[in-house]
Amino acid sequence: MTDRSPDLDADVDVDTTAPDHTGSPATRVLGLAALATLVLWALYGLVWSPPDVNQSDAVRLFYVHVPSAILAYTGCFLTAFASGMWLRRRSRGWDALAAASAELGLVFVTITLVTGSLWGNVTWGTFWTWDARLTSTALLAVMLVGYLALRRVEISPAGSARAAVMGLLLVPNVIIVNRSVEWWRSLHQTSTLMKLEPSIEGEMLTAFAVGMLAGALVFAWLLIHRFRVAWLEQQVEQHDLEAAVAARRAEAGVPQTTKTTEAQPV
Amino acid sequence: MELVVHFRAAVALLGRFPALAGIDLDVARGQIVLLRGPNGAGKTTLLRACAGLVPVVSGDAVVLGFDLCQDPRPVRSRVGLLAHSTGLYDDLTADENVRFWGRACRASRAEIDAALAVVGLDGTLGKVPVRRLSAGQRRRTSLACLLARRPELWLLDEPHAGLDRDTRDQLDGLVRQAAKQGATVLFSSHELDRAEALADRTVELIGGVAGLTADPDPSPSREAAGVA
Amino acid sequence: MWRDIALVAERDLRIELRSRVTANQVAPFAVLILLLFAFALDPDRGILEKATPGLYWVAVLLAGVLAINRSAALDDADGTRDALRLSGLEPPAVFLGKVAAVAAELLALEILLAVGVAVLYDAELSGFGLLAATLVAATVAIAAAGTLYGALVGGLRARDTLLPVLLLPVLAPVLIGATRAFESALGTTVTAGWAWCGLVGGFAVVYLVAGSLAYGALLEDS
Repeated sequence: MTDRSPDLDADVDVDTTAPDHTGSPATRVLGLAALATLVLWALYGLVWSPPDVNQSDAVRLFYVHVPSAILAYTGCFLTAFASGMWLRRRSRGWDALAAASAELGLVFVTITLVTGSLWGNVTWGTFWTWDARLTSTALLAVMLVGYLALRRVEISPAGSARAAVMGLLLVPNVIIVNRSVEWWRSLHQTSTLMKLEPSIEGEMLTAFAVGMLAGALVFAWLLIHRFRVAWLEQQVEQHDLEAAVAARRAEAGVPQTTKTTEAQPV
Repeated sequence: MELVVHFRAAVALLGRFPALAGIDLDVARGQIVLLRGPNGAGKTTLLRACAGLVPVVSGDAVVLGFDLCQDPRPVRSRVGLLAHSTGLYDDLTADENVRFWGRACRASRAEIDAALAVVGLDGTLGKVPVRRLSAGQRRRTSLACLLARRPELWLLDEPHAGLDRDTRDQLDGLVRQAAKQGATVLFSSHELDRAEALADRTVELIGGVAGLTADPDPSPSREAAGVA
Repeated sequence: MWRDIALVAERDLRIELRSRVTANQVAPFAVLILLLFAFALDPDRGILEKATPGLYWVAVLLAGVLAINRSAALDDADGTRDALRLSGLEPPAVFLGKVAAVAAELLALEILLAVGVAVLYDAELSGFGLLAATLVAATVAIAAAGTLYGALVGGLRARDTLLPVLLLPVLAPVLIGATRAFESALGTTVTAGWAWCGLVGGFAVVYLVAGSLAYGALLEDS
């Protein structure tokens, strides 16, 4: 018996007393750390770091925009990695991870797009510039939405090959899209976010670094919780499955045994 | 006695539903076995599981020497499945369909021609697009696809349904002939009189379970006649 | 292997010839898109001429999605997916066979649209080497990615609406590259046309490989 889909033979300790939260000592520490760095980040970002020479306070959006972008792509790569691992191992944990990180990726992509768009509005008066990063991030957003739409249509207890293949393909897609969009936009000398990115140093660098750290902690915290929720959902399905097998057997009039594995004819 | 099918406490899922909740089944080579049971009992799923199309998640399931729990794919080219769905392309003719499926499983031209001839589709009827054929004629086309494969294990899901009496007789003849030549046949049917006359033995399937309560013994006289 | 690829390609093309869906439905749709662009962009203002490469490829993509949807639908027919799994045909061969068939249909569509564009938008074609190379590369790229994603959504009830949403973002680089290459060939902009063509070709290779590897897993998951 290989370790594939619901392994009814395994010693799975289906916890029938359902937990009422997905927290744990580790996540509480993580959560507090995240909260603390967020506060620090807000302080640095809004108060302690100086306004930029050229852009004054608009530059503060960068402290949100860039870390969000990095985290969005991290979520995307994580989904691809988890999908690849699922295809090799076929265990539900990897599927749950792929789903969780895709959702988080979408959240951060949205933040990236909104902050980028706001920044553009403040600086040039338009909400959208066909800047390379913004454009390819928009495409990433559409791809993540499509991925999540696919997952919604295709529901299966232990994950599905469709979702996994699509998840895995996200990485080559993103890379190809990024390369081509950047090359394309570089043909036109339009001002880009990246060109106008201030040379960050001193306190601005600190603000940026703190922002990165805060973002990473928040990402990790959310990811762990979302993963656990997905894991619990799968546990429930496993439990339901064993109940369904038992019910079907009762319907057939088979003498009931405690474990499904022991139902051997004597 | 070589066991072509060997199942012990096998469980198979359709999505999340345990269509097979515990199957005990042994079928020897050359036997013709009837699967009986109410609708929803899992007969179709059992046949598809034997074809390697439905994953078996727990228990033992060995068909033609291949372990279905480990990898169901090798068994597929050795079996022939006649299902509820036709497995045919509506826009192609019966002849084109059988040729495609025959060539796909490496059947020779002679084998394909013979299969078409047996079911009476080698003439003008074979040149008609499947969408214009009747249900019985489509079933015959699917049967030709199965015959061209020369499978070791025949899996027939309610093969008599929708066929006229002559065609049913012809089908029964083909089944008996195949069993004499060493193939094994597993089929389900609601046509109990005809089915029981054809089968060597009967297996009851209820609620996805077979064999866990009773162990149907093969009838000695039939078995002696059936095995090559 | 090559035998199987030819077998599957022949099957798909034969069905198309018999049912004429691409010819009777997709092709008119493609020409219709060209007309709609003209209505929207007012031919007298000179925008159509300048935008011809882009509009052409948008029309190809939209009509292509229809053709690919049709190709994917072939394998959803009455139990044929099961029969395919039972047949012993290697999934990569099935994939490449379908790609070949869809590519042939797309090529026919593209030539039709090229004629349409030359006539309706008064475009002057030049740089035929680059045009031809780009056509081939983009056709294979669209066919390969399309067949892969077609299999990904095949068998699902939402196939018709999901396919465009999943496929079009993925094909964005092909649109960008093919349009730039065409612009270079037609002389409207000075840019490294062959480099863009190479990008599209690379995309095609990536998806031919990815599709061959993934098709087996996707066939199982129904």
